[in-house]
Amino acid sequence: MKKFLKRFRRKKSKSKADKQGTAATAPLLDEAQVWDFVGSQRGAKFNHLVAASALDLGQRRENNEDALLCLSGVLDTTSNSQPLGIYIVADGMGGHRNGEIASETAVRTVGNHLISKLYKPLFGPEPRPTNESLREIMESAVDQAHKAVRKAAPGGGCTLTAALVVGTQLVIAHLGDSRAYAITRDGRIEALTKDHSLVKRLQEMGQLTGEEAATHPQKSVLYRALGQGDTAQADIFNSSLPNPGFLLICSDGLWGVVNEDDIQRIVNATSSPFLACHHLVEAANAAGGPDNISVVLVRLVN
Amino acid sequence: MDFKEGDLKYSQLKQGDLLLDRYEIQEIVGMGGMGAVYRARDKNFKAIRLVAIKEMISQVTDPIVRKNIFQIFEREANILATLRHPAIPRIYDYFAIGERAYLVLEFIHGKNLEQLLSETQSFFPEEQVLSWAVELCDVLDYLHAHKPEPIIFRDVKPSNIMNTLQNHVALVDFGIAKVFESGQRNTMVGTQGYSPPDQYRGEATPKVDIYALGATLHHLLTLRDPQLEAPFSFGERLISEINPNVSKEFSAVVERALEYKPEDRYESASEMKEALINVARKTGTLLHLSIPSAQPTTRGVGVKPLWSFECEDELRGSPNYHEGTLFIGCYDNNLYALDASNGQFRWKYPTDGGIPGKPAILEGNVYFGSEDKRLHVVSAISGKVIWTYYTEGPVRSSPRIAEGHVFIGSDDGYLHAVSTNNGRLSWKAEAGSPVRSTPFVSDEYVYFGSEAGDFTCVDFRGDPRWRYKAKRAITSSPILADGAVYFGSMDSTLYALDANSGWVVWRFRLGKGSISTPAIQNNFLYTGAADHIIYCIDTRSAKEMWRYTTDHQVTGSPIVHRDAIYCGSVDGGFYCLGAASGRLRWRFQTGKPITGTPVAHEDMIFIGSTDKRVYAFLA
Ligand SMILES: Nc1ncnc2c1ncn2[C@@H]1O[C@H](COP(=O)(O)OP(=O)(O)OP(=O)(O)O)[C@@H](O)[C@H]1O
Ligand SMILES: [Mg+2]
Repeated sequence: MKKFLKRFRRKKSKSKADKQGTAATAPLLDEAQVWDFVGSQRGAKFNHLVAASALDLGQRRENNEDALLCLSGVLDTTSNSQPLGIYIVADGMGGHRNGEIASETAVRTVGNHLISKLYKPLFGPEPRPTNESLREIMESAVDQAHKAVRKAAPGGGCTLTAALVVGTQLVIAHLGDSRAYAITRDGRIEALTKDHSLVKRLQEMGQLTGEEAATHPQKSVLYRALGQGDTAQADIFNSSLPNPGFLLICSDGLWGVVNEDDIQRIVNATSSPFLACHHLVEAANAAGGPDNISVVLVRLVN
Repeated sequence: MDFKEGDLKYSQLKQGDLLLDRYEIQEIVGMGGMGAVYRARDKNFKAIRLVAIKEMISQVTDPIVRKNIFQIFEREANILATLRHPAIPRIYDYFAIGERAYLVLEFIHGKNLEQLLSETQSFFPEEQVLSWAVELCDVLDYLHAHKPEPIIFRDVKPSNIMNTLQNHVALVDFGIAKVFESGQRNTMVGTQGYSPPDQYRGEATPKVDIYALGATLHHLLTLRDPQLEAPFSFGERLISEINPNVSKEFSAVVERALEYKPEDRYESASEMKEALINVARKTGTLLHLSIPSAQPTTRGVGVKPLWSFECEDELRGSPNYHEGTLFIGCYDNNLYALDASNGQFRWKYPTDGGIPGKPAILEGNVYFGSEDKRLHVVSAISGKVIWTYYTEGPVRSSPRIAEGHVFIGSDDGYLHAVSTNNGRLSWKAEAGSPVRSTPFVSDEYVYFGSEAGDFTCVDFRGDPRWRYKAKRAITSSPILADGAVYFGSMDSTLYALDANSGWVVWRFRLGKGSISTPAIQNNFLYTGAADHIIYCIDTRSAKEMWRYTTDHQVTGSPIVHRDAIYCGSVDGGFYCLGAASGRLRWRFQTGKPITGTPVAHEDMIFIGSTDKRVYAFLA
């Protein structure tokens, strides 16, 4: 297995060197394929999260108001193979730097809470938190982040799409209009989250046509956001990780300019989340890059 | 302590802090978007005079914009100072310190309606909500009639309405803070859930307040928080469907106030007030001649079973169907085989104990446990014994068959894996206490609960993978869907655990313990509990979709068949409910409690009752 890892490292540094010349030639065997290969060779039970992320300013913005967290791990023992991951995207809003403060505060607070609640018990005698459910942990994370954002960036706010992966379980907390998608290997893409966007809601109700919605002056008005209102009204739900497939979390800097089918095609064109993230950002920038672009892409390799 | 400008960071005032050398802060009574509301004592008076002090913190740093904002604030405070209405707190003073502005208001003793909503255990009586509604219309009418400009409250919602100790209502929070929030892109407008679509277009007319009042009344009558629902979705939550006690007249008034288009709502608050008073006249509530509203009617009383068959003792277990035959165990110790089409007796097979579970059928053989400690296997055609297997205790669990094995729990504290070929034990997994729940077998693991509250996952060799401990017995049988296992416990909780690791994904609080086995279809889970209720829960959000209350404990389990739920109750009723709405389609009354689970086959539903009978119904 070490041999494969070595090979994977060499490949990666080489592709970096290539980068100036030809923008994105896929390596012959990328890291995710290596994992696939190792798994099938040994026929062993094998679970691993391979994740990558990218954050880009875009073409028109001078400051970045997005923030993200991408964290994967695995606890492998004789009795169990337990992948764990925390993936968060937040997109800030509000003037006077409040947007960037809000999104950063949100990501840090949610990340901190999830890590302290989930990772620590892993090293105790019972490798699982006993008195709180994943949902409760997610609820309190959002709650704390809401308070922290109101304090750090009064009047500001941000979207929040946070995913917690434990085994094959996926728990998502969602506020605003960043999105989480499930993308399967056979080319389906499905939004797991619903935008809390007013115009979108009016459109769903048949009050606005698609065209009116696209040009509506209040296009970016959210009816729910972290840091706004007395309490955070996040959608919190669980689902299972697309398998085989990907979990994609992104800000509107991506989904607002690259259509879902193209997103799916770019992701499925390579089994490397790293390359896919890079290509998604390129696609958004090629489409004008009007906003900051954040993407987190996760794949369960087993 | 005195306040100097420099001290005022974004921190809250503390008990004992003094403002203007006059107002002594006692405690925070509310928190809002722009700052806190404090109860304070006005020291200018020797007698104890309490005031409410509302603090607003400006985020704007530009000095010119800030000055403008304070001017607007001042103008609005001056308008408010001229208002006189019993449902509006008086304004005594206003002042600014640094980036903070303060309003000094009459202190209202009481709780806001949001607090009352969070405390209530049951629906508010209609007459209570009706009298609040009339008072709110009255104060809105007063504001809307203000000259030269009408005052639009803009933010009617439970947290902005106080319920006084005299049981009147008062409006607090005059949107005055709104001027502090201007100049931000992307932020919310109004309060989502209570604000109408026209408000999002920037309109501020009396119709905006009428809608928000409608939304508030809807919340009070249904206890469903509109902030948790999609905007403008009241049409999908008709009051009568959620709270059948509300008169249709009152519902109609509220629903008219909630019309999507402003022109379809009441013209004015006074018109709505008229309508409410008419409701009160009609239903007699204002005269306190309140007639308890009719109980939800039992429809489908005419439902008759296609056939029924009487055994010699109680049927506590559940039937199963296989190729035209219905198999059911009885407390007369026999397993019965009946012709499913007409209930005619085919054969019975005697054991030495009551048969509580549900038989399983594989390759022409029927498998079932008995309180005689045995697992029995008999021919489905003839009822002749094939083999039996002994455990050390009564068998109350039902068998599951997979991978050439029968998995079954016993009161001897073990889960037994027995070969279907020869009835020999392959292994048994220790549970430490009786296993009455029926195991669930996935393609890798076996899951089961025990009476001491342990939930265990073992692999096909019987080696434990993980274990979860509930606070009380797990008699309910697990069911697996989408990588999670679901089961209820006597500790009044419904659990969703990750099937792979045993981590708790969510927990749902039931009113009482449950031994009912959940049924799942399309991400909806249905289960019963000792609190008399049949629940429908969304497995993704862990939210209750609907509940149906029977007249006694629900210890049997519901099944989903087509678009309906079928479930028995200890009240003896057999219920058919709409799966999406939870509304009663029909109910059939048997002679004694039902504790088993029905089984469906195409157009037929079968259920046993402790009145000794097996019934067949048309689905
Ligand atoms: N005059 C008062 N007397 C007693 N309690 C009050 C009074 N005014 C407000 N409160 C309490 O404080 C809470 C918050 O007050 P209010 O709604 O005025 O402020 P806010 O919510 O900060 O404003 P906004 O909704 O504009 O952000 C109320 O729900 C109520 O419980
Ligand atoms: Mg308020």
